[in-house]
Amino acid sequence: MSTSSMTSAAAAQPDAWDWAAVSDFMPYFWDGVLTTLQVLALGSLISFTLGLVWALALRAPSRFVRWPVGMLTEFIRNTPLLVQLFFLFFVLPEWGIQFSALTTGIVAIGLHYSTYTAQVYRAGIDGVPTGQWEAARALSLPYHRTWTAVILPQAVRRVVPALGNYVIAMLKDTPLLAGIGVLELLQRARLQATDTFQYTEALTVVGIAFILIAYPSSLLIRSLERRLVH
Amino acid sequence: MTVGLWQNWVLPGIWITLQLTVYSAALATAVAFGVGIARTHRLKTVRFLAGLYTEVFRGTSALVLMFWLFFVMPQLVGWSLVPMWAAVLALGLSYGAYGAEIVRGALGAVAPAQREAGVALSFTPWQRLRLILLPQAVPEMIPPFCNLLIELLKGTALVSLLGIGDVSFAAYLVRLATQDSAQIYGITLVIYFVIAFALTRGMKALERRAKAGVGKAPAAMGVGGGTA
Repeated sequence: MSTSSMTSAAAAQPDAWDWAAVSDFMPYFWDGVLTTLQVLALGSLISFTLGLVWALALRAPSRFVRWPVGMLTEFIRNTPLLVQLFFLFFVLPEWGIQFSALTTGIVAIGLHYSTYTAQVYRAGIDGVPTGQWEAARALSLPYHRTWTAVILPQAVRRVVPALGNYVIAMLKDTPLLAGIGVLELLQRARLQATDTFQYTEALTVVGIAFILIAYPSSLLIRSLERRLVH
Repeated sequence: MTVGLWQNWVLPGIWITLQLTVYSAALATAVAFGVGIARTHRLKTVRFLAGLYTEVFRGTSALVLMFWLFFVMPQLVGWSLVPMWAAVLALGLSYGAYGAEIVRGALGAVAPAQREAGVALSFTPWQRLRLILLPQAVPEMIPPFCNLLIELLKGTALVSLLGIGDVSFAAYLVRLATQDSAQIYGITLVIYFVIAFALTRGMKALERRAKAGVGKAPAAMGVGGGTA
């Protein structure tokens, strides 16, 4: 066999798994996990709060509130998060609003998922038996007390598992933030791999990390669902 | 935006987005039916493997999977995929796992008496599935599949991160050329919304036809059964 053919055979041979590359990546990995969890926590907070605002606005007595909110949430829900992310990241500075990539990412993910959580809240509110509304009216409870003391406590209990599912969906969408340069898990892995050319280790560790976070979370949500809803 | 930019980037981008959606949806549907039916199989091992598939692919991000297929596969097993096929595989395998749950749910929702009737008529498991369960389950699957298709359409935007010239990547190029982010990203969002809206309308029409078809099915089967 000639030297050149031996070289090409060696080049075609896939690289073996390198544990040293995994340990080199670990410090960046933990930093990435922290950023991912930060995005997830703040994104969830925004989506839960804003989702409730949308859900209440969609039930407002005035159609001048219901209609624009309905259109806006429908539009956000039917367009990709990645393009929304680019829109906010590149357009807001043109309008004089400057956020860091991380803040933009958190706002985008929170805003996007708020349109989904709004649907969840809506289903939860619709699920409260009509008798509860009638009882509140019979007790002459004011409008805001009917919501805060009677309807919402019952609705929120029903929607907790569904909201949990969206937290997992959000977790799996956090890698999109790599598109605007946020140093979350995927972006850390990508940078590390670009430096060392060892894509296998970094990207596999990130993939496994997602499964290890998402699967126990979905088990937890299933048990919550059994306890709270049934 | 100038006509040249539309012709050179945005229109081909829309075409690639549509192609990606169609290919990935075809793969996702095949995976969904294969894995979803396997999840109702009588053999425990088949059910376990199908369950493992759904948990693994639902547990990870489609973007991480796409990067893994594109960057890791060549290093790990020596198979190089062109970016387009890495994207189609990632989207198809990932959304197929969600689809499998829809198929499993719809098959489980068919009344148990229907399955028992098939057993009583000495139908083979394949005949029961083909003649009794699927015709009743498929109309139930259409609304959740419609949602899945919209999610898939939105998911195709991920491929722009691999540099595939879909509509999102076209937007990126136009932004670089014109420095006008608001216009191009605004237009891109509207393009996705219009495609999603058209898909919803199309699926609604399909749902109406499927439901009408189910209404006719028992009579047609009754006639067939009588003559046989």
